[in-house]
Amino acid sequence: MNALFLILIFPGFLFLALFGLFAEFIDRKLYARMQNRQGPPWFQPLADFIKLLGKEDIVPDEANVRMFRLMPLFALTAVVSSIIYIPLWKTGALYSFSGDLVVVLYLLTLPTLTFFIGGWYSTSLYARIGSVRSLTQMFAYEVPLFMGLFSPALLADSWTLSDISRFYIDHPMYCFFNLIGFGVALVALLGKLEKAPFDIPEAETEIVAGTFTEYSGRLYAFFRLAIDIEMVVGASLLAAVFLPFGLKDEAAIGFLIYILKVVLVVFLLTLARTIFARLRIDQMVRFCWKYLVPLALLQLLIVLFLKGVLLQ
Amino acid sequence: MHNSHEHEHEFKIPLGPQHPALKEPESFSIALKGEKILGVDIRLGYNHRGIEKACEERTFLQDVYLLERICGICSHSHSTAYVQAVEEIAGLAVPPRALYIRTLIGELERVHSHFLWLGVAGHEIGFDTLLMYTWRDREIVMDLLAQLTGNRVNYGINTIGGVRRDIAPEQGKDILAGVATLEERTKYYIQIATEETTIIKRLSGVGIISKEDALRLGAVGPTARASGVDRDIRREDPYAAYAELDFDVITDDHCDVYGRTVVRLKELMESFKIIRQIVARIPDGPIAVRAPRKIPAGEAFSRYEAPRGEDVHYVKSNGGEKPERVKVRAPTLANVQTVKHMLKDRFLADMPIVVAAIDPCFSCTDRMVGIRRLDGEKKEILGWESLRSFSLGWHRARGFDVTIAEKRLHQLMEH
Repeated sequence: MNALFLILIFPGFLFLALFGLFAEFIDRKLYARMQNRQGPPWFQPLADFIKLLGKEDIVPDEANVRMFRLMPLFALTAVVSSIIYIPLWKTGALYSFSGDLVVVLYLLTLPTLTFFIGGWYSTSLYARIGSVRSLTQMFAYEVPLFMGLFSPALLADSWTLSDISRFYIDHPMYCFFNLIGFGVALVALLGKLEKAPFDIPEAETEIVAGTFTEYSGRLYAFFRLAIDIEMVVGASLLAAVFLPFGLKDEAAIGFLIYILKVVLVVFLLTLARTIFARLRIDQMVRFCWKYLVPLALLQLLIVLFLKGVLLQ
Repeated sequence: MHNSHEHEHEFKIPLGPQHPALKEPESFSIALKGEKILGVDIRLGYNHRGIEKACEERTFLQDVYLLERICGICSHSHSTAYVQAVEEIAGLAVPPRALYIRTLIGELERVHSHFLWLGVAGHEIGFDTLLMYTWRDREIVMDLLAQLTGNRVNYGINTIGGVRRDIAPEQGKDILAGVATLEERTKYYIQIATEETTIIKRLSGVGIISKEDALRLGAVGPTARASGVDRDIRREDPYAAYAELDFDVITDDHCDVYGRTVVRLKELMESFKIIRQIVARIPDGPIAVRAPRKIPAGEAFSRYEAPRGEDVHYVKSNGGEKPERVKVRAPTLANVQTVKHMLKDRFLADMPIVVAAIDPCFSCTDRMVGIRRLDGEKKEILGWESLRSFSLGWHRARGFDVTIAEKRLHQLMEH
């Protein structure tokens, strides 16, 4: 019973869904305010979700029906499962084992794969171009993202997220060694969430809605919800390994600080989306390998050096 | 050229007639290999409205309002080009104050058109913040136009022989205040466009057209000027009050979309300069002369530098109340040929901005030309081949054999 509550209500599906919709609202509202617009009311993402649920599901004749219908659920499941291993406000996650950081990263890779498969099997030309683009993009941002997230793990000498948090309780100031890694991971997260300047797989003016061109109704609603939750989970992951503040506080304050940390990451993502134009796919790949990867390597070198010199 | 294996990776994607990148229906069929564009097939004709023919059914005065509706963005350009042609046929001396007011509205229109373009360009490269900012600032000039003419679009200020509304001195103050704000904003946009990395990455080197190609394909307006073609009708063949005004023609040597952006932004600064001069120097006097109902027989050709380039109107009168022929050549018709050239070997992602960079107006451009056989029983529309054979026969009957010259030319080119 308790396990069901954890999975379905808190901090599982329901909490994540509502928090995801809230994060979408924050993103849209900030985006609008920074563009000198009014922006949507707070309930708009929820209203959009409910409206989409009520719309007809249209599956293209040529599409592989089973794959087309399964992929949104797959994406949703993957992102919701990954929250289990991420410590949210106290040091311990719901469940943890040695090396769970790697599992979380792989679970977060799954949505991109579902975008690819869903887009590919919907057989629309725009969707196929979009899905190939999201896969191409994945190969560009995944490596810097992994390397960026490994630097705190190296620092804490553990591949377990809960252990990293526990390490930070003793050394809270060490998080400032990882600022470069935070930046790299943040930019890579932009790519993972397919937000401008890396919204290439959904470039509206080129390929309509990319992967999601043929999706409508409930299926599209689930895809969108999965992306919202992915944003929250990604931000939580970054907050857990790069922003270890308020870990010692009691649950209520810790929870509030956790929310603030996620909102901060969402704000940074929105800021990037506001001030940059969309890159081309070749420019994006080049940027990731030319700048992000060396920066992540530099971060790893810094951490190794610190461990060798300071922490002896 | 391509072997069969390569052909497997080629596919065609339709961009249009309905597509988020396009503001009007037109169809681009793009042959792609991966992200590379192999070729583009452009098909226009979704917007044909038969305005030229409709003009022949209306009086000269009614046509002013009809032609104004060719385009929502450069409506003043079309109506001015038309009234200029009619005034030339009728031999009307338009009062100087009217000419200044026409010029003023024309420049305000250029400002709103270039601001609009900048926003659209931002949207096409996925930079919606630029769109929101420029379209907010564009409201200033739209309000000015509404205050001066009564309308935000299709101003209805031109009439044959002058203009329909005068400008009060206090309106001059409003114009200057609006222009001052816009100038500040334009400086900011120039700074953004020339310094922001992602914008430069998306614009420079994209959609290149050399000066020679721009001339050969007959490009006009900012598209030509960004390729170093120093041509502007306001200076070459001054109309309205431009002969008395001081301004520079902006050119650029980048030859790409970045150059076109810079040219448009700098042209905005020139427009502000012109508007200030007009407000300071506008002469007193009447704003229109009475135009006759029947325009004497004759024909005239009028050129106008619209925001998108040279707009040409040809009007022929047979001495009646209605024109015998009105012919419009909108700037997009001259520029659209360059698009195919610019897209060669580019990426799919460059397609929207390259098309947008000529600032296309497809409803202005859409024409239908059908040539009917007058002899013979059937009233069929002649195709290209039959037109060609007709032309060869016509010349041969008059002692020229064009095919001989053609063959000789081919021989020369082969050697």
